[in-house]
Amino acid sequence: MSIVHTTAAELAASIADGRLTSEEVTKAFLDRIAAVDGTVNAFLHVDAEGALAAARAVDADRASGKPLGPLAGVPVAVKDIVVTKGLPTTAGSKMLEGWVPPYDATIVERLKAAGMPILGKTNLDEFAMGSSTEYSAFGVTRNPWDLKRTPGGSGGGSSAAVAAGMAPLAIGTDTGGSIRQPGAVTGTVGGKPTYGANSRYGLIAFSSSLDTPGPVARTMLDAALLHEVIAGHDPKDSTSIPQDPSPVAAAARAGLNGDLSGVRLGVVEQFSAGDGAEPGVVAAYQAGVEALAKLGADVVEVSCPNFEYALPAYYLIAPSECSSNLARFDSVRYGLRIGDDGVRSLEEVMAATREAGFGPEVKRRIMLGTYALSSGYVDQFYGQAQKVRTLITRDFDNAFGQVDALISPTTPFTAFEFGSRTQDPYQMYLADLYTIPANLSGGPAVSVPVGLSDGLPVGLQVMAPTMRDDVAYRVGAALESTQDPRLSDQIPDVADKEL
Amino acid sequence: MTAISRDEVAHLAHLARLDVTEAELDRFAQQLDVILQSVQRIGEVAAEDIPPTSHAVPLTNVYRADEPAPSLPRDAALAGAPDVAEDRFRVPRILGEED
Amino acid sequence: MTTATTPSYEDAIARFQPVIGLETHVELGTRTKMFCGCATGFGADPNTQVCPVCLGLPGALPVANEAAIEATIRIGLALNCRIATWCRFARKNYFYPDMPKNFQTSQYDEPLCEDGWLDVDVDGETVRIEIERVHLEEDTGKSLHVGGATGRIQGATESLVDYNRAGIPLVEIVTKPVPGTGAKAPEVARAYVTELREVIRSLNVSDVRMEQGSMRCDVNTSLNRPGEEWGTRTETKNVNSLRSVERSVRSEIQRQAGLLEAGERILQETRHFHEDTGKTTAGRSKETATDYRYFPEPDLTPMAPDVEWVAELKAALPELPRVRRRRLQEAWGLSEHDMASVLNADAVDVIEETIRAGAKPDAARKWWMGELSRRANESEVGLTDLGITPQQVAELQALVDAGTLNDKLARQVIDGVLAGEGAPEEVAKARGLAIVSDTGALTKAVDEAIAANPDVAEKVRGGTHAAAGVLIGAVMKATKGQADAKSVRQLILERLS
Repeated sequence: MSIVHTTAAELAASIADGRLTSEEVTKAFLDRIAAVDGTVNAFLHVDAEGALAAARAVDADRASGKPLGPLAGVPVAVKDIVVTKGLPTTAGSKMLEGWVPPYDATIVERLKAAGMPILGKTNLDEFAMGSSTEYSAFGVTRNPWDLKRTPGGSGGGSSAAVAAGMAPLAIGTDTGGSIRQPGAVTGTVGGKPTYGANSRYGLIAFSSSLDTPGPVARTMLDAALLHEVIAGHDPKDSTSIPQDPSPVAAAARAGLNGDLSGVRLGVVEQFSAGDGAEPGVVAAYQAGVEALAKLGADVVEVSCPNFEYALPAYYLIAPSECSSNLARFDSVRYGLRIGDDGVRSLEEVMAATREAGFGPEVKRRIMLGTYALSSGYVDQFYGQAQKVRTLITRDFDNAFGQVDALISPTTPFTAFEFGSRTQDPYQMYLADLYTIPANLSGGPAVSVPVGLSDGLPVGLQVMAPTMRDDVAYRVGAALESTQDPRLSDQIPDVADKEL
Repeated sequence: MTAISRDEVAHLAHLARLDVTEAELDRFAQQLDVILQSVQRIGEVAAEDIPPTSHAVPLTNVYRADEPAPSLPRDAALAGAPDVAEDRFRVPRILGEED
Repeated sequence: MTTATTPSYEDAIARFQPVIGLETHVELGTRTKMFCGCATGFGADPNTQVCPVCLGLPGALPVANEAAIEATIRIGLALNCRIATWCRFARKNYFYPDMPKNFQTSQYDEPLCEDGWLDVDVDGETVRIEIERVHLEEDTGKSLHVGGATGRIQGATESLVDYNRAGIPLVEIVTKPVPGTGAKAPEVARAYVTELREVIRSLNVSDVRMEQGSMRCDVNTSLNRPGEEWGTRTETKNVNSLRSVERSVRSEIQRQAGLLEAGERILQETRHFHEDTGKTTAGRSKETATDYRYFPEPDLTPMAPDVEWVAELKAALPELPRVRRRRLQEAWGLSEHDMASVLNADAVDVIEETIRAGAKPDAARKWWMGELSRRANESEVGLTDLGITPQQVAELQALVDAGTLNDKLARQVIDGVLAGEGAPEEVAKARGLAIVSDTGALTKAVDEAIAANPDVAEKVRGGTHAAAGVLIGAVMKATKGQADAKSVRQLILERLS
């Protein structure tokens, strides 16, 4: 099997015992990027030189007998909303074109400390707002499974990069489903850790109370290994949980044994009736549920009556926070400046810059959030949404009193065609219908490939209690063990596909 | 029923410092209206006695000790700026007042 | 625009009753900023005390400074406030270039401290100022306005922003409206700010220097006719000295009275006080003010000060200034009026230290309130910046008490100390300043004075001892002041008896 078809866990093992060097591995992925990314456009910036230098440093460390971490030498791609010192970081926006951060995000420091060469920065919907990566200011990313379709979003670049074999692993961020939904539609694994388990320091904020960085991978074990590299308390993030990370790699290994006896799984009643979900998605999901039951899991139906209000609550909370978080893009300290002609005032230059620098979805959400927080409306919108958040958390608490984990489809539909949902914002928002509750409660969730529908990947979501990421990984890995062949082993041959 | 007017959209754009076009005013008025209609039903469930959740993690009193950490080198602080003069961030004339 | 004429203050106050309110911002003297580890020193080179957090770089996150929270709670306790058991930071959203995130991390409806009071003394009368709230927020950067005539924002062609100050912890102390102070309103305002400054200084949490902006005041003023509802208030921003606090209230009372007399209405607006003219001018009208869209800061956790910790902080509060002043006034044997002068001169601490260094209360007060205050005024510095320490003043007084120096010589010694020539004793030695006690030289001078003033000498011989003053003066002149006047007098009387 070629390097780019090999899992991260296997690559790490080969590098550790000397069968492969990190340089060879890194070069193989850089070659793959050179070969197919002209078509896929998963990367906004490729740092071949930096990645190879980091790879050689790991190889030198290994040669000198230094102890190496579990993923040492395995390269990784990073969503371009995570700041990287000395590497351009755009958040997919014209607003930040050309900006080179003077500092690293905590999770990037951890990738570097773990000896993971950074291949480059991946495409995304501008400021992570979107579900198709069509709202990137730097062109769409294509779904390797069907180049006429989107790879989901906002982290379409990270998921497409992994799906197309351009990176064995990638970092994503999940605010309403931006890791899981692209994972589902590209046949990759996407993990949204417990909010607070992974540091947000250096993630360009979209919605501060929801944003969570997490792993994108081809297998549950790979995702778990990457999760463990970046997880853990960070004193620079006040909302970081001061506890040891959940042992997800051990849980994934346990899950791969294929035994779920004694595990109680709850099918979310509100998300499994097929309301709005495509029949093919429902079918693949149902097959997944049956497979889990066959592994010994006790599958019951659980009602979460407030989940239907999650989407509207999310579309008030996230825009509200984003309207404030994105205020800092004002043409003063960094980024774009438009119209500074010696005549216009600062106020005019700011407004012109923000008008020109932000794309339509970002502007729409800023306007929506400004409205939801404005006097006279704040109680009715933002305030009510925060109460719904409490209700959703109560639904989860209630459910986890009965079951160990909840399951649902990851997203109601498979990869959709370019332009099919951009005309009606609400149709786009529906892509996150099933993923949003976990963001609102803060609990962990993973999306696992569960088969194909009309040749397009479908994902199953496992949601677990807060700080019990291990439960989600165990169930996800068990489900993965039933997939033959594993969807994520089938790297689509992009070159054969028509644009 | 909240119907959002074009004037309200213009006011929001001003608060958000977005120099929106006339066409955008119409488009946003219509789109925000649709979105707001769709999200309005959250009012159905959230009763008076439900406490709001502002933070996903129930942590309190997360503080740092009052100990200095290195600042950025000035060149790095100014490197990303659109315009710099006299080691400061240069901006066009300001209309508003100091607060 | 306006046809109103401005009445005299007396006329204004005869017809209207003022209601005042004060919002005071105090920069805390913590080592680091509110939400990051950058240093807070005043006067550093521009943009050298900045980092991703206080520059608002994309991705950076705040972590609250525990020392700032403790200082705020201590201020609240000293102001007799109730300390919150649970409260949050909130974002106050508005665009301004010296505010890096375009929101200020502040507190909204959940301040750390609420419902307190501060007693202040005005003309021997105690006025209780009710405190609405004390909350914690962050300061903004500073802009340099270039191209205009005066460095002001109006007329400038561009501005240059320095973020060193951005993110320094700022405590906002807001009073409830203060009615019923009548003509004394301006003095009450000043007395409140003075007292507040003393309280904060006693807590050692800020240097509270108005001239450097580490204490800044906004003053609200409204007028109403007796028996009517309170009027519309204006907010005078950034009043930057104690004197300006008083003057701005006075001028705003006169201005509003003029408008109301002319039948015009007061606009709820922000006004700016000008030191040079002593008047306020209109700023932004509150009616078009922005909508701040407050919401709880999701990047910071709620604050839940432990009740026992707060009790410990309360027990450990220092003696509060007003209590201390009462104690010192009694110990020093001062009248209300004299004590008030000492306070106004900002001389309590230096006098107390001088006494502690061995001087008697009267002498210590005499030096600091007389000669040294005069010199401080001349060179426009505070007493503590004058260049002489309380220990040196005590030493000087010891030399006077020992008969080595008289007042005139002592003043010359002060010249030397202020010129950096060393401690009083060294200066006296180096400059050769000491009372002439050589009897031979003195006898000679006395004899010469008697010879030169035979008429006066005759009067003294005849028993008119008061006439000796002329002879004493002549001797002092002849000895260039280095003689001890008492000895001279004694010598003259001996000669002429």
